[in-house]
Amino acid sequence: MSAHGKPYVREVSRYGWFFRSPRYLRYMAREVTCVFIGLHVLILIVALMRLSEGREAWDAYLANLGSPAGVALQMLMLAFAVYHSTSWFNVTPKAMPVQIGENFLPGVVIVGAHYAGWLVASVALLFLAGVF
Amino acid sequence: MAKSNKPIVWGLFAAGGTVTAFLTPALLLLTLLPAFGVMPALLSYDNLRGFAGHWFGKLVVFGILFLMLWHAAHRLRVTLHDFGVRADGLVAVAVYLAAATGTVATGYFLLRI
Repeated sequence: MSAHGKPYVREVSRYGWFFRSPRYLRYMAREVTCVFIGLHVLILIVALMRLSEGREAWDAYLANLGSPAGVALQMLMLAFAVYHSTSWFNVTPKAMPVQIGENFLPGVVIVGAHYAGWLVASVALLFLAGVF
Repeated sequence: MAKSNKPIVWGLFAAGGTVTAFLTPALLLLTLLPAFGVMPALLSYDNLRGFAGHWFGKLVVFGILFLMLWHAAHRLRVTLHDFGVRADGLVAVAVYLAAATGTVATGYFLLRI
C-alpha cells in the first residue's frame, strides 16, 4: 500500500498491445520469425528422413519442394528468414559492442562486417553446393 | 550467488540465431533453385548421400540443426508470452521438449544415412 494514494497504472491490453505502435509491431514481426525458422528446420528434418529412405523417397521430396505450394511456402519462409537476418545483424552493436581503448567501434562498422560476412557465407554455401 | 541456467539457454539461443542469420536465406535459395530450372549438384541423391554419409557432414548438419531448433524454441517461448500466454512453465517444457525431439530425430535420421 502506498502512503501517497493509489499509483496510476496504465491499462495495457494483454493480447493486442503490439498494434499500438509501429515499433512494437516491428518487434513482434522479428519475434514471429522463429515460427518460420522452426518450420524450416522441420522441413529439413523431413529431408533427412526422406534421404535415409532411398532414391525414390528423395526424388519425391524434391518434387514436393518444387510444386507451386512448395515454392510459395519456401518464398514465405525466405521472406521471414531475411527479416531475421537483417534484424539480427542490425542489433549486433548493442549485443556485442567492440571497445578499442577509450572508444567504441562505430555501430555501422560492426553491422557492415556482419552483412559482408552474410554475403560471403551465402555465396560460399551456394558455390560449395555446385550452383556456380 | 544463486546458480542460474539462463546463460546456457541464452547462449544457445544467440548461437542459433547467428547460424540461422548467416545460413538460412542461402539454404532456402538453394532448395528454391530447382523450381526455376537450376539443379544444384549437391541436391542430387548420390551427392547428398555422399555428403551426409561422411561423419564430418553428419556433424555439421547435426550442429546446425540443433542450434537452429534451440533458437526457434527459445524465441517461441518469449513470443508466446508476448501474445498473452502466461503459462510460461508449461510453454518452456513444451518448446524445449519439441526442440529436443527434433534434435534426436535429426541424429536418428543422420545415423541411418
